[in-house]
This record gives sequence, structure tokens and C-alpha cells, in this order.
Amino acid sequence: MTVLELSRWQFGITTVYHFIFVPLTIGLSILVACMQTAWLVKKDPVYLRMTKFFGTIFLINFAVGVVTGIVEEFQFGMNWSAYSAFVGNVFGAPLAMEALLAFFLESTFIGLWIFGWNKLPPRLHLATIWIAAIGTNMSAYFILAANSWMQHPVGYRVNPVTHRTELTSIVALLTNSTVLAAWPHVILASFVIAGMVVIAVSAWHLARNSQTDVFRRAMRIGLAVTLAAGIATAVTGDIQARLMDSQQPMKMAAAEALYNTSAPASFSLFTIGSLSGGKELWSVRVPYLLSLIATLNPHGTVQGIDNVEHAYDKKYGPGSYKPVIPVTYWSFRLMIGFGMLATLLALIGLWLTRRRRIPRARWFYRAAIWGVALPYLATTSGWIFTEMGRQPWTVFGLMTTAQSVSPGVTASSVIISMTVFTLLYGALAAIAWWLTIRHVKVGAPAEAEPGAAEPLPVFSY
Amino acid sequence: MNLATFWFILIAILFTGYFVLEGFDFGVGILLSLLSRDETDRRVMINTIGPVWDGNEVWLITAGGAMFAAFPLWYASLFSGFYLALLIILVALIVRGVCFEFRSKVDSVRWRANWDRAIFAGSVLPAVLWGVAFANIVRGVPLNAAHVYTGNLLTLLNWYGLLGGLVTLSLFTLHGAIFLSLRITGVLRDRARRTALGVALAAVPLAAAFLAATQVSHGRPATDVTAGLAAVALLGGVAAAFRGREGWAFAGTAATLALAVATLFGDLWPNVLPSSTSAAFSLTVSNASSAHYTLVVMSWVAVIFTPIVLGYQGWTYWVFRKRLTSSDIPAAKTPASSSTGLGGTQRPAGGQS
Ligand code: HDD
Ligand code: HEM
Ligand code: HEM
Repeated sequence: MTVLELSRWQFGITTVYHFIFVPLTIGLSILVACMQTAWLVKKDPVYLRMTKFFGTIFLINFAVGVVTGIVEEFQFGMNWSAYSAFVGNVFGAPLAMEALLAFFLESTFIGLWIFGWNKLPPRLHLATIWIAAIGTNMSAYFILAANSWMQHPVGYRVNPVTHRTELTSIVALLTNSTVLAAWPHVILASFVIAGMVVIAVSAWHLARNSQTDVFRRAMRIGLAVTLAAGIATAVTGDIQARLMDSQQPMKMAAAEALYNTSAPASFSLFTIGSLSGGKELWSVRVPYLLSLIATLNPHGTVQGIDNVEHAYDKKYGPGSYKPVIPVTYWSFRLMIGFGMLATLLALIGLWLTRRRRIPRARWFYRAAIWGVALPYLATTSGWIFTEMGRQPWTVFGLMTTAQSVSPGVTASSVIISMTVFTLLYGALAAIAWWLTIRHVKVGAPAEAEPGAAEPLPVFSY
Repeated sequence: MNLATFWFILIAILFTGYFVLEGFDFGVGILLSLLSRDETDRRVMINTIGPVWDGNEVWLITAGGAMFAAFPLWYASLFSGFYLALLIILVALIVRGVCFEFRSKVDSVRWRANWDRAIFAGSVLPAVLWGVAFANIVRGVPLNAAHVYTGNLLTLLNWYGLLGGLVTLSLFTLHGAIFLSLRITGVLRDRARRTALGVALAAVPLAAAFLAATQVSHGRPATDVTAGLAAVALLGGVAAAFRGREGWAFAGTAATLALAVATLFGDLWPNVLPSSTSAAFSLTVSNASSAHYTLVVMSWVAVIFTPIVLGYQGWTYWVFRKRLTSSDIPAAKTPASSSTGLGGTQRPAGGQS
């Protein structure tokens, strides 16, 4: 394999891995903050136990999110130095702002939250988790602004002398229409994950009739969050699809494996056939739907891959501007499909738990526990779609992936680092998973006996 | 002073913050098994840095982000050039980072002993490698006309780089020992203080040799002053540790690290990454920097937010200012505690108070 291919694999592996932990951090930080707020407002110890229980899951996950993030920050320089040199003027700004404005906030206040129980006044202590949660969500905004600039570059010029990009408007960069749509989509998707994790954990306990006081309520919270966030994710995704159609028409066409420009265009739910040759053997299609998603008009025109390719050949010079079609086609469907299944599960669960009921149906618990994989598969597919759909570009229309790679790095270096990261990450995942399962099985901490020095066990190292 | 130089100074400040703060985290990690006699000792030691280590590490992330934004070519050439060295640092930081969170989650002697080993390795490796890296940056590395690094990992392991590595290792260990003596009470505190004096026997000559070698080949009058002050601060810090004045001792080692960073960056300027192949290929403050507008925007961001960050990080240290002792740490959990529903993953009483 070439340095380019190896670097792409390494970047894909490490980033997808980082994003396994990121969304739970984003969603659960807010949910835990809400639980602790509920405890302070209602003075009901059940919420304190819930806070501590889910707080520990949050912290295990947060730790892996943090350490894998450090790799991300340095990888651009290590593996994509040509890219870094070309875009640093523009792309570096949101990254540096993320560190200064968001990472300091989250990491400092998480420390205060973990060690501040019984040390800070309750309200101040509550504020620390809220500040950490807000920092986390802000960090997502900055990194997505950086990523959105790669999808849809704005607020820059290319310096004719240095041939490097230069920032011309930070406001344009931070209010890029692409990030305005992507941020809510990613945050809401993160809430689907956080909600499903709460559901799955609660289902494990409710199925065993253990600690029903805590987990009946947690279950309802998880179900409501997942349902609401799932629907809202679909709404924001629809907005993104329309933006994508105008900003990156090749990606939209590739999402559909639509080779020829069509009006109206139908949406295929499932296709068997040769995606690369455009020959379709069998498919399930919803008429007009693609036109509707992409243009808001059931008869709107959606451009086909071949037509876009033709236009790009003229604009950017001869070459191939097609991403890997089977990957984009399937990842787009799997994102929607897995995400919507999770939402459906939440809807069913809300019905089954209506009026304080505790469902008896075993299939529901089984589905709720295994269903935790669904939103993870959805977000992973979403990123694979977004990033691979942008290929062959790293920065759309400006720089290709092939041009981005570090000129001085050897294949053996990348092989070493990729092997090391893969093994290390595998081990981390196994340990974090095992610790989480162990913690889940033990369950929420018991209420303290009256007269105990500490109201409840606190976190420390 | 132009904006690019302002950013060069700012990046020096960010690395100063990183070495002063994470320096003692590394020191505590290195001393963890050497100083402790039992599990309670180790928990006391870990809890001295527990609330702050993650915030300390963000100084590095911010320094990296600032290099990316203000000197993209420096970021690109340095990180792709020092590829394998950086890989080792990253792996070490990953392992060390999860250690703190994972170690306490299972009540088993073997589990903890393994994580203690990992904390040691995860602290020693970066402590050495940061010195190696910065010594080589000052010394210059083989860069071609396109500013691409043409050496390999072994290129970095020259005598001057290795000396730099030993200096950071010994200084961080000393800094960590003094930090521990400042943050705990009881026998452990005395042990930490005595260890600090032992480590100083290595740190002082190493640092003196390194600073002298640096100034002989790269020095200029201004940095001769900072290098001299660094030596004075180090000796003062050790003397204060000897007399049991831990606050002053800590200020001394912190000042040593800050002045050493100032010396290295001062010697480096106006280069950011000198080329040993040909001076014409060097990356400099002017040819590696971002365009004016980016620097203006980032300057405003830095000027507004850096004081805020310093404010709340300082407040964190204030909140956790009380010295720890072994009585703050309850007896190790027994397996029975998990069956009482305490969670097996959480235990009574925080590290502090
Ligand atoms: C949509 C959200 C999102 C995305 C796309 C990324 N991250 Fe991330 N990152 C976060 C959201 C996040 C977070 C939620 O803020 C994390 C996850 C867990 C955590 O502790 O903070 C985090 C942690 C984290 C850290 C450690 C911060 C600390 O020490 O507190 C760094 C350095 C990065 N990330 C850098 C990156 C880079 C360079 C990315 C680009 C490839 C990236 N992340 C993708
Ligand atoms: C701001 C955030 C992100 C930035 C700046 C970013 C940047 C990049 C860059 C520079 C590449 C180049 C390598 C290539 O095209 O092959 C890439 C590829 C890739 N990224 Fe992202 N990425 C970001 C977020 C993510 C996230 C969160 C994920 C998934 C969880 C992801 C998944 C991928 C994948 C799978 C590739 C490989 C694509 C391929 O090789 O064809 N990215 N990204
Ligand atoms: C009907 C439902 C949905 C639609 C129409 C939709 C649409 C989209 C589109 C068009 C993109 C690509 C944006 C771009 O590359 O420019 C995207 C990305 C993404 N989607 Fe979805 N989506 C839906 C549901 C979901 C669900 C349920 C999840 C997760 C639970 C999810 C997670 C993601 C993620 C993580 C990304 C990558 C980040 C980004 O580019 O914003 N999506 N989605």
C-alpha cells in the first residue's frame, strides 16, 4: 500500500474510533447535568443516585474520548503535512479556538466536578457539570466548523504567491451554512446515542426487577430523549441534504447511486445490482422522494453522477471525481435506517411504559439492550458517508486527498503507527467496555444510611 | 514587535504552561511507585494531581492548535518530521490518561499494579522525549528546500538531544517531588522532600551542562541572562527544599522550567525550525507564519480568553489547595463493599478535605 492509502486508513480508523466516544460524552454530559439539577430542585435522592450512576459511565467514556482526541490534534501535521501547510491559515484557527475556548473549560470543570462533591457548595458544584457540558458542546461546534470548511470552503482566498489559503473572514467561517446545519445534526445524533445508552442500561435492570425506583424513571428519560432527538435528527438531516445538493452535488448523486440526472427522482430504499455499472437488478423505490429531499419539490431535478463528473472534468481538469459509490450509497442508507430504528424502539418503549408501567415483555428488554448498537452504527455510517462522499477532495474544489499527504513520511512509519494505534485502541475499547459492563451490573449506589458522614459515595481516584 | 513574533512568544508561553504544569504530573507519575509504601500512599499521590492533570494537558493541545493556526509550516514540518518520536509521546499520553480513570475502578491488587506500571511508563517516556525534541529543534534538523525533514528517529538521538532528554526527565522528577512535598503532609511529605534533594544531585549538573552547551553554540546575550537566571532559580529552589520551604522550592523549579523554555525559544528566534542542511532551508518566524488577518483574529481570541483560562485554572488550584494526608483516603475497599451496593466503582470520601 502507498503512504496515501495507509494514511487514509489510519485517519479513518483513529477518527471513527474517536467518534465512538465523542457522542456519548456530548449527550450524556447534558443528561447527567439535568439529573443533578433535578436532584437539587426536587430533593429526591433517586436523582442523586441516577446522577452518580450515569456520571461514572460518562467518566469512563470521557477518559477515552480525551486521550483519543489528542491523536486527532496532531495527526494533521503527522500524516497530512501538505494539507496542514496549505490550509493552516484557515483551518488552524477554529482548532486553536476549540482548545482555548472549549477544551480548557471542559477538562478543568470536569476535574472540579469529579473532586468537588461535598467540597463545593451544591449549587456551585452543579454549575461545574453544566459548564463542562457546555464546553463539550462548544468544542463540537468549532471542530465541525473546521470540518464544514473542508466540505464547503468559505471566507478564504488562495494567495497567488504562496499558493496557500488565507482566512479573509472568521465570521464567514464560523457561520458557514454547512456548520449551521451539521452542528445540530451531530448534537442531536449524540442525544440519540446518550438516550439509547440510558435505555439499554435501564432495561438490563428492569428486566431483573432490580433498583426499579431509579431505572423506571431513567428508562422514561432515555426513551423521551431518544424519540425527540431521533425525530429532530431527521429534520436537520433533511436540511443538510438540501445544502449538500447545492454545495456538493456529486455527494448527493453518490448517496443515491443516481447516474443520470432525473426529474422527478425516486429514492431507493434498497437496491441489488451493480452500483458501479448503473445496472439495477432489483430495487424498492419511493417515487418523488429524492427530489423532495434534495430540492423540497417532488418534481425537482437531481443531478446524476455522470453529469456532475462531466461538469467537474471541465471545471477542474480531466480526472475522476467520483467517490466510492457502494460506500456512499450504503452508508447513507444505514445512517438513516439504524437511526430511525432506534427512534422507533423509543416510541414503542414509551407506549409500553405509559402511566408508570414496567413492561413485562422480554423481547422489549432484549431489543432495548441490543438496540444500543443502532445509533452508534448510524453515526459511524454518517461520518463515513460525509467524509468518503467528499473524496477525492480533502478541501472541496481546492485540494485533493492525494495532494494532502505528508511528503517526507515513509510507508513503514505509517504502518508502525497504524498498527500501534489499532492495537492500543482495541485494548482500550475492551477495557472501557468491560469496566462499563461491570459498573452497569452493580447498579446505582444505595442511599446512604442516616448519620453517615457522606450523603453518598463520591468519585475520586 | 510584529504579530508573528508575538505568536512565537505566545507559543513559548503555552509550552511554558505545559511544562510547568504537566511537568509535575509527570514527576508524580514517575515517583508513584518509588515513593509509596502502600496503596494508600499511592492514592494520596494520585489524588494530588487528580483534579488538574487533564486541564494541564490542554496546554499542550492549545500549543499544538496555536502552532497550526499561527505557523502552519512549522506545525506541518515538525510533526511530520518527528513522526515516530511524536507517536511514542502520544501513546504514552494515551496510556497515562486512561490510567487515572481506570485504575480506581477495580479493587484488585494486580489490576492496580499493572496500571501503576503504565503510569510510570506513560510519565517517563514523554518526560524524556520532550527534552529530546526541544533540544533538536534548537540544534536544527535536516530539512530540504521544501522544508521537509529528511532524517529519521535516530537522527534525533544525538548526544545533545539525549542530554536534553535527561534534563527534562530529572527536572520534571524534581519538580514533581517538590510538588508532592507541597501538597501532602505526614511521612510521605518528608519522603518526597528527601527524594527531591536526591534527584537534585542529578538535575542540577545535568541542567547546568545542558544550558552551558546550549549557550555556547546558540546563545545570545539576552538568553545568557535567562539561562543564568534559570540556574539561580534551580539552586534557589533546591536550597528552599533543603530548608523545608516547599512553596519557595516549587516556585524555584517552576521558574527554572519557565526560564529554560525562554532560553530555548530565545536561542531559536528568528528561526522556528532551523535546517542543519542549509541555513537557507530553515523555517523562520516570517516564512512559516500565517497571513496577517489570521494572526489578528487569533490575537484577539488569545488576549481575551487566556486570562479567563488562567483565572479558572487558578481557582481550581485554590479549591484543592488543602494538603492531603493518608487519613483522607479510607481503607482500601473490601470485596464486601460491592455487595452493599456501593458500586464497587465508587468509594466513600473524596481524595481531598
Ligand atoms: C462533534 C464532535 C467532535 C468531533 C467531530 C471531533 N471531536 Fe474531538 N472531542 C470532542 C468532540 C469532537 C469532545 C466531545 O469535546 C471530546 C470527546 C470526549 C471528550 O472528552 O471531549 C473531544 C476530545 C478531543 C480532544 C481532547 C480534549 C481534552 O483533553 O479535553 C482533542 C485534542 C480533540 N478532541 C481533537 C479533535 C480533532 C482534531 C478532531 C478532528 C478530526 C476531533 N477532535 C473530532
Ligand atoms: C472536524 C472533524 C474532521 C476533520 C477535520 C476531518 C478531516 C479529514 C481529513 C483531512 C481526511 C483525509 C483523509 C482522506 O480523505 O482520506 C479525512 C478522512 C476521513 N475522515 Fe474525517 N475529519 C473529521 C471528522 C471526522 C469524523 C468525526 C469521522 C468519523 C467518525 C471522520 C471520518 C473520516 C474517514 C472515515 C475518512 C477516510 C475517508 C477516506 O479515506 O476515503 N472524519 N477526514
Ligand atoms: C432521515 C434521517 C436523516 C437524514 C436525511 C440525514 C442526512 C444527513 C446528511 C445529508 C448528511 C451529510 C452531510 C454532508 O456531508 O454534507 C448526514 C451526516 C451525518 N448524519 Fe445524518 N441524517 C439522518 C439521520 C441521522 C441519524 C438518525 C443519525 C445518528 C443517530 C445521523 C448521524 C449523522 C452523522 C454523525 C453525520 C456526519 C456529520 C455531518 O456531516 O453532519 N443521521 N446526515
